[in-house]
Amino acid sequence: HELWEAVLPLIVLLCGGGQLKDDFQEELVIRPLHSGDIYASFHFRTLWETDFMKGNKVSHYRLFPKSLGQVISKFSVRELHISFTQGYWRTMQWGQPYLPSPPGAELWVWFQDTVTDVDATWKELTNVLSGIFCASLNFIDSTNTVQPSASFKPLGIANVTDHRFLRYATLPREIVCTENLTPWKKLLPCGSKAGLAVLLKSEKLFHSSFHSQAVHIRPMCQDSQCKTPSWELRQTLNVVFDLHTSGQGKQEWSLFKMFSRTLTEACPLASSSKIYIDITDNPQVGEQFELIPATPLLRQAVVLGDRRTFSVYDLTQQVTFGTVRSLNLLIRWKSTEGHMLRPLLHAERYVAGYGLQTGEIHTLMYNNHPFRSFSVLLLDSVPWYLRLYIHTLTVTSKGKDNKPSYIHYQPSKDRIRPHLLEMLVQLPPHSVTEVTVQFERALLKWTEYTPDPNHGFYVGSSVISALVPSTVAMDTNNTQERTLFSSL
Amino acid sequence: MGLLSDPNRRRALISMLTRLNAPICMLCYCAGVCWFMGLAFEPFTLRTYMSENAMGSTMVEERFPAGERALATAREFAAHKKKVGGMPVDWLVKTMQARGLEVFTQSFSRVLPFPDENKERYIVKGTNVYGILRAPRAPRTEALVLSAPCSPGDNNNQAVGLLLGLAHYFRNQIYWAKDIIFLVNEHDLIGMQAWLEGYHHTNTTGMKWTPLQGRGGSIQAALSLELSSDVITSLDIVLEGLNGQLPNLDLANLFYAFCQKIGVLCTIQGRLQRNDWDSVSGYSHAVQTMMLMVMKQASGRPWGDHGLFLRYHIEAATISGINSFRQYKTDLTTTGRLVEGMYRKLNNLLERLHQSYFFYLMPSLTHFVSIGYYMPAFGLLAVILLLRALDLWVQLVAPPARTEDGIAEIEQSSPGVRSVLTPLIISHLTGAALYLMPVHFQEMAVEHFPVSETEAVVLTAIAVYTAGLALPHNTHRLVSGEGTEQGWRVLKLVAVLYLAVLLGCTALINFSLGFILALTMVPVAAFVTPDVPKVLSAIVFVILSPACTLLFSVFLFQELQDMPVSLQDGWMLYISVISQGILDHYLFGSLVYPLIALMVYPCWLLFWNILFWK
Repeated sequence: HELWEAVLPLIVLLCGGGQLKDDFQEELVIRPLHSGDIYASFHFRTLWETDFMKGNKVSHYRLFPKSLGQVISKFSVRELHISFTQGYWRTMQWGQPYLPSPPGAELWVWFQDTVTDVDATWKELTNVLSGIFCASLNFIDSTNTVQPSASFKPLGIANVTDHRFLRYATLPREIVCTENLTPWKKLLPCGSKAGLAVLLKSEKLFHSSFHSQAVHIRPMCQDSQCKTPSWELRQTLNVVFDLHTSGQGKQEWSLFKMFSRTLTEACPLASSSKIYIDITDNPQVGEQFELIPATPLLRQAVVLGDRRTFSVYDLTQQVTFGTVRSLNLLIRWKSTEGHMLRPLLHAERYVAGYGLQTGEIHTLMYNNHPFRSFSVLLLDSVPWYLRLYIHTLTVTSKGKDNKPSYIHYQPSKDRIRPHLLEMLVQLPPHSVTEVTVQFERALLKWTEYTPDPNHGFYVGSSVISALVPSTVAMDTNNTQERTLFSSL
Repeated sequence: MGLLSDPNRRRALISMLTRLNAPICMLCYCAGVCWFMGLAFEPFTLRTYMSENAMGSTMVEERFPAGERALATAREFAAHKKKVGGMPVDWLVKTMQARGLEVFTQSFSRVLPFPDENKERYIVKGTNVYGILRAPRAPRTEALVLSAPCSPGDNNNQAVGLLLGLAHYFRNQIYWAKDIIFLVNEHDLIGMQAWLEGYHHTNTTGMKWTPLQGRGGSIQAALSLELSSDVITSLDIVLEGLNGQLPNLDLANLFYAFCQKIGVLCTIQGRLQRNDWDSVSGYSHAVQTMMLMVMKQASGRPWGDHGLFLRYHIEAATISGINSFRQYKTDLTTTGRLVEGMYRKLNNLLERLHQSYFFYLMPSLTHFVSIGYYMPAFGLLAVILLLRALDLWVQLVAPPARTEDGIAEIEQSSPGVRSVLTPLIISHLTGAALYLMPVHFQEMAVEHFPVSETEAVVLTAIAVYTAGLALPHNTHRLVSGEGTEQGWRVLKLVAVLYLAVLLGCTALINFSLGFILALTMVPVAAFVTPDVPKVLSAIVFVILSPACTLLFSVFLFQELQDMPVSLQDGWMLYISVISQGILDHYLFGSLVYPLIALMVYPCWLLFWNILFWK
């Protein structure tokens, strides 16, 4: 079972927005990938100047979905991040995603410090979310929940960083399908009736190489003094279309080909509705690919530590739709080379050995930076029925022992809680760091086997958090005119 | 009830078993052999059926269109292979990349313990190239493997061509739920061993390889292709793997189902199906097919590139195309559709193949003998050993003459322990010498005799084996003076029980090997006493020894394959079979050679010892 994930949170606080009480923005970012595939990332943001905290009774909802608002106030949630992913992000071919997410379902929540019984609240919350998103989140229980000590930081304003109020769980076996997409779309102010959301047709979204949808809720600051709090709901949907299966091998992508729809209007409730096309690899117009219709609007932004250039299409302007009153963006590639990328950081994980008794989990982390070393935080949550022999834990880089500077290990308890292993490892430049640990398969009671036991058992993804050295100095003060996707 | 608890009846039963021991044993032996021969008789066997629901009722449509293109690719591959003089790594990498796969290479090297004269190799260096088709929206937890060896000469070019053609076609389909790994391995089994060890990050044989860069999760099933002609007349499926392991029967069923659906002639052991089971020739056809399977399984060799997958619990088979003089020919498009169909069904699997049998014999592709049916044949042979042991036990417990002197008895049996231990130790040391000496003393042998390394190894083995016959059979006299009646009985009791356990364990893992050994060793074990005529029984003994069993098996195998050999060629073949067996052990971890050398041969020596007790 090879599951892993690289999470690279760039901790940037977006403080800004206008003086509106609530505000909705939508954005579609399209990045043509080296492999000929195409990456489309939808971002919908609802910002609401209200206070769910301190027992405030909020009952008048406009753009913010009421179902989520009630969840926040009932369970005293400070921050909530949930993602449903079908597929595996191919870092070697596609580069880094804007928002990483592991295969299956992932949920992590920060509770407010007023919560007394966090575990009970967590249990109730997962059951409610299970209903809202039509997913098997009710299978989250103590055996797959962990409290990471260092890997997760609150992404919004936070005066609490006590990890007692953090819960993290993954369900790697969760299958994401239309039934999860529909409730997700219903949270949008325009539903799927207008704006960018008309493109979200499930028959096309699930005819792809990768599909991930997420909901992030966090408290924000309205201004630099942070006097009035506001809440941000960010809904993202990432999808990668395959050149060979969806594109019929032709290096030509259009909105219609991807989504079987074209755009005719922005969501009327949205204050901003834009499409960004990443043209960084296309410095001279038409060198790598051709963009039809062309747009004079360009925007520079720093995304994942990389300065990127985007062509911008503003859907609130009628001129964008032209005379035919519909926008069907066309990207036509001129040349292609399907070579592998060398992302600065990538990782893989696999089980070594054969036979049914013992095995070894190998986690490989590649640092491809030519001269900089950096540290990563590795979080591993392993189910109890794999008994880890923690004394066999080895970390090696370049054939030498690599001593982690921080290790947090919480052993499992049978049928109660999983193993939790967190390590801060320094990755030398241009190296592969291998973390291995042996395990034994525990004997299960016959009722504990899942249906189809010969299918095997799933182990959730590892989480790697790192601050990757970047060529661009991060400018965290600039809060104006920042594209949405670069701010999380 | 009470048959054993009632002392009178127990005595009666035991006296009957001891009185009628020899006839019962003979009866059991005949019954065992007859049972085994009856296994191939069609009314006694079961028809194969698809057990796995995920593969049975679901429909798939085969649409692979590009056989001609695959042939063109095969020709291109052949040209590049000739140009490079081996595996055209760069070309393969580029071609696989152009088909949209993630491509990786693995290089490996291995120095053989002694030169392999069959394949003319000693220091092996090579590269495996594999491309992974990533299943859309799948979390990389499961994979299927399609492999084709890059063979020297003009062999298997079409297999590589078809593999690349299928990769191209598969890549454009959306329905894959498992990653598909397309592997072209160099140096057939050695490359496969390196790749599998690399994939599972184990090292069981001390081979050197570079670690793999790309993986696809746990491999559910694998097929290995062998095609050397543009058109074929039939397809043959090879199942026997390392140490006699077999893939799940559903894999063979799947192959058969698609051959039927697409209309391709299919064979097992290179033999077609016949419908006249009630005629003598039809029955003998089935017996021969089954015997071929038994002998292949007993050899413990991997009979195709698939053979090494089985150790890792990956169901695998080799499909090889045969081009004979038949009229009806099948082109590469049809073969491609067959493989496509099989992969689509395997892709539908929710669980590993586990529903059907893992232990079976096949008298034809449509009929199989399950473990429940063939085990009694072995059981009837093994029970002889137990009956003899019981007989000996009774003889030992009951004093031969009624002396009523307990002290004398104890004195008589106490030197027995030493007289039993000594031959046991000596015969096992001989066995250890047989295991260690051939490979470790090959240089010395080559220096002193005008033979090649391979011959040196085999001839040393034969020499040690023969020396063992002369060595130990007088030792007990040194230890305890003249051999006693009691002494050989105790030794025989130990040896008979030892053999029973040994054969029982072997038969559970590899029925064919256990059965063939039982067939020859049980009569020897059952009827050996120091009182039989020496010369005659010594000759019978040698004829029924493991080494001669192997020699006869070689001749029988050639006979069954319709390729009879002369005595001279048979001897050469015998030597090469022994060297291959030793190589299999060192290269892939086959257990037959150590089993014979360290356990079976010493056990046989114990009986040899009893023959010359006095």
